[in-house]
Amino acid sequence: MNAALRQKLVVIGNGMAGMRTVEELLAIAPARFDITVFGAEPHPNYNRIMLSSVLAGEKEVDDIIINPRVWYAENGIALHTGDPVVAIDRAAKTVTSLSGLVVPYDRLLLATGSKPLMPPLPGLELPGVVAFRDIADVEKMLAAAEQKQRAVVIGGGLLGLEAAWGLRRRGMPVALVHLMPTLMERQLDVEAGHLLQKDLTERGLHFFTGAQTEEIMGLDRAEGLKLTDGREVPADLVVVAIGIRPNIDLAKGAGLDINRGIEVGDDMCCSDPAIYAVGECVEHRGQVFGLVAPIWEQAKVCASRLAGRDDANYQTPPLSTRLKITGIDVFSVGQLTAVDEGDEELIYRDSAKGIYKKLVLRADKVVGAVMYGDVADGAWYFQMLREKADVAAMRDRMIFGQAYADVSAKGKGVDVAAMSDDTQVCGCNGVSKGTIVKAICEKGLTSLDEVKAHTKAGSSCGQCSAVVQAILSHVTGEAVEAKAAGMCGCTDLPHDEVRRVIVAQELKSMTAVRKALAWRTPDGCAKCRPALNYYLLCAWPAEYVDDSQSRFINERVHANIQKDGTYSVVPRMWGGVTTPAELRAIADVADKFQIPTVKVTGGQRIDLLGVRKDQLPAVWADLNKAGMVSGHAYAKGLRTVKTCVGSEWCRFGTQDSTGLGIKLEKLMWGTWTPHKFKLAVSGCPRNCAEATIKDLGVICVEAGYDLVVGGNGGIELRGTDPLCRVASEDEVLEYAGAFLQIYREEARYLERTAPWVERVGMDYIKKRVVGDEAGRRAAFSRFVYSQKYAQIDPWAERVLGVEAYEFQSLAEVE
Amino acid sequence: MLDWIKVGTLSDIPRLGARTVETAQGQVAVFRTSGDEVFAIFNRCPHKGGPLSEGIVSGKVVVCPLHSWTIDLATGEATAPDEGCTRPVPVKLVEGEIWLELKAGLKVAHG
Ligand code: SRM
Ligand SMILES: Cc1cc2nc3c(=O)[nH]c(=O)nc-3n(C[C@H](O)[C@H](O)[C@H](O)COP(=O)(O)OP(=O)(O)OC[C@H]3O[C@@H](n4cnc5c(N)ncnc54)[C@H](O)[C@@H]3O)c2cc1C
Ligand code: SF4
Ligand code: FES
Repeated sequence: MNAALRQKLVVIGNGMAGMRTVEELLAIAPARFDITVFGAEPHPNYNRIMLSSVLAGEKEVDDIIINPRVWYAENGIALHTGDPVVAIDRAAKTVTSLSGLVVPYDRLLLATGSKPLMPPLPGLELPGVVAFRDIADVEKMLAAAEQKQRAVVIGGGLLGLEAAWGLRRRGMPVALVHLMPTLMERQLDVEAGHLLQKDLTERGLHFFTGAQTEEIMGLDRAEGLKLTDGREVPADLVVVAIGIRPNIDLAKGAGLDINRGIEVGDDMCCSDPAIYAVGECVEHRGQVFGLVAPIWEQAKVCASRLAGRDDANYQTPPLSTRLKITGIDVFSVGQLTAVDEGDEELIYRDSAKGIYKKLVLRADKVVGAVMYGDVADGAWYFQMLREKADVAAMRDRMIFGQAYADVSAKGKGVDVAAMSDDTQVCGCNGVSKGTIVKAICEKGLTSLDEVKAHTKAGSSCGQCSAVVQAILSHVTGEAVEAKAAGMCGCTDLPHDEVRRVIVAQELKSMTAVRKALAWRTPDGCAKCRPALNYYLLCAWPAEYVDDSQSRFINERVHANIQKDGTYSVVPRMWGGVTTPAELRAIADVADKFQIPTVKVTGGQRIDLLGVRKDQLPAVWADLNKAGMVSGHAYAKGLRTVKTCVGSEWCRFGTQDSTGLGIKLEKLMWGTWTPHKFKLAVSGCPRNCAEATIKDLGVICVEAGYDLVVGGNGGIELRGTDPLCRVASEDEVLEYAGAFLQIYREEARYLERTAPWVERVGMDYIKKRVVGDEAGRRAAFSRFVYSQKYAQIDPWAERVLGVEAYEFQSLAEVE
Repeated sequence: MLDWIKVGTLSDIPRLGARTVETAQGQVAVFRTSGDEVFAIFNRCPHKGGPLSEGIVSGKVVVCPLHSWTIDLATGEATAPDEGCTRPVPVKLVEGEIWLELKAGLKVAHG
């Protein structure tokens, strides 16, 4: 079509609904309109849903941009960001923006979203009070998280909970005030609401339920909340997340029909035939919206109407809800409880595992489901609800899930083979299994990302990714499934298999492994090489020659690279104990090499930060002279052994925890492990050395030593599991050494003890380390044997000139 | 003016490794592949300036040590889905000696 014949479309609102409509429109009528988009926010359009993940630190702002600026340019769209429309002149058919632009339209699309609902509370205007709606809000919250002490969130719905969790993940103590007695009462029944509250309390959130806020306290900035019952909740950051209200200001000013939202018909058209509206700003048949699934439907219908087709009509689909808090699984759809005698409830409850499921049936049809803890069958229940399927025949089995209810289904998890083509897989985008299968076959898709890009399945909240992956594997056959489990792109074989073959066929070099196992690449890659290097080193401690080029930089140069390319140096400080002489030597080194930062680490030792690479050998030489060796702060190997003062000094100490820690460190230093390995020894159950979040912890008691394993204080907090109690220090060393050796031999590369223990189970570990005495001794002696080759200070070697080229430039050219 | 300047010999660089050359325009990383091919690019990752010479080399790519972008040694380009490019420097290998084409060289220090 000739450009001159194009009509003008102006879109107000550069958010999820507006841009989805434009995408749909470009797909069916790319040349129909000249499009101008106004957005109040300064950003290109982004996935608002994922703000929760940005807040929780799981994603960056860059990761959630849906269409970058080039997309607008490529599609000939004029984009005005940070420039809200302030008026619509329906008679002249123009819009006026804040900066003064006046743009004419033939068709106008309103997609202004909604505004956070703000209660009329005293103190609402104070600095430190924020909503949770856009990037600017998240930035405010992150800034507060960096500086401020405490947060309180008002509102225990989806948004409030995700805000609270995100701030908690950022390290803030967080309280949540909710008006109703249970959380998410619109999506969850009382029982599931309680389970959710219990789980989140265990994760460190504090709740005030059934609590009404009277005012936000504070003079120049928010200092907390006062509740109507007189209680006060101190806080530096107050997040208000009690709900949303359609953003109708502009439509109202233009004299369009509005009620709660902008009124639209089934064709998404407003009371003015030239003006359409989609998203959270609209009201359709008395209903307003707050989730993307119905909005995507609206976008389709609206695009079709704008393209001149007149057969598309919008109808609100049934909606399901999920909460995006990692590790907490909640699903609900339809009716939450039986409302009269015609309704029946089927309930399954496993309090030990924290699982709760409820189905609400009416006349043998599913009319609602609430699930907590295990939501695998949510999609299946949802499908039956949508299809109004008669479930009488499987009524007494269906609460156990599809695998039990459906005789044809086999195995556990979602059976994608048995899934009908019209089963909806992605609730956000309304994508069915059939659509996914068709795209995979027709376009030859092979990866999850490709499927996302072509079908949009899994591209909004991401909860259905596992099912999409399963469909992909099912359609493309075994190859993809095997590839998913393989070590990396160079081989389809999984870690365990490669390891088994290394030992069984006595393969002793990387080239031999790659040849025997038909690697696809001659050199391997940055993923498989460090893993193979470790597996070979662990299998053949005396024979294998370490390949430094296959090590990550930190392990190659025995220091931690920093963001500016300098390095940090952490000498070993046995059990966290030091001496005036060592401290003096460290101080001298810091002076001599003008080291910018000297810091006490979280692991009870001292870090010298900002050392240039070429200075490293000289720095190490001075530290060596004072008797200090590498602390391996950079290694997938033994890191620190933290200790407390113990019976030598402490009035509660039951054993010499410091001395025992040093003995353990002397036994284990220098070892290479699948991932880093940390220890701690506490002198009594007060546990000042925090032994219960270490890979291996010892807690001294009057009667001996409690050994605990599999803890992790890092990304995913995990407390240890008890292994056993032993009576003597020698036994501690033997049990600990055996545990470490079995971990070294059996865990996958980059798998820390916490996930390993979860994968193989504590019963297995107890059987190997506690139950099998001969096996334990053998593992311990294999460890001691391999230590003979590992306990060589890498710093001293390099001071003597090993790999000297690493620390010098090749040439200087002026 | 550009000049071919000798910066060292092939054996100065470990296989699947790199060394750096200080130049007036900035640090250059010189890489050696398993097949003894040599590549040179400016030693700044297009992402956040990470020192590419410290990455793991395989085939004809290096993985940046800071945030694991994969950079093509021949073109200096990041491989999809990342975007960006660091400048390659012309390099030749003559009888085991490595030469870089750089702005007028005045002197060569230790080699
Ligand atoms: C220096 C230090 C911070 C400090 O100034 O205190 C530190 C610094 C780094 N930590 Fe740590 N961690 C330090 C103690 C800890 C602790 C506390 C502890 O050990 O008691 C933890 C939580 C305990 C745990 O590991 O269970 C900790 C959990 C992590 C994690 C998360 C590990 C996990 O399994 O979830 C990472 C990321 C990783 O390893 O992949 C990490 C990664 C890092 C890296 C290596 C990030 C990187 O790749 O560059 C940092 C290196 C900076 C450097 O060059 O010095 N660091 N790190 C601490 C060194 C202790 C030492 O003396 O060696
Ligand atoms: C933190 C968070 C988590 C969420 N999680 C989920 C979830 O898990 N699942 C789910 O389905 N939904 C979720 N939602 C809801 C979902 O994001 C919204 O339903 C969706 O974004 C609505 O799209 P919209 O285009 O109507 O509004 P928006 O995406 O808000 O877009 C409207 C845009 O219009 C702009 N605008 C307003 N007035 C003007 C003007 N006069 N001129 C120019 N521009 C203007 C606004 O600045 C805004 O950028 C979540 C929302 C938030 C905030
Ligand atoms: S030292 Fe640890 S916690 Fe601190 S920024 Fe680095 S990785 Fe994060
Ligand atoms: S600096 Fe290279 S990947 Fe970030």
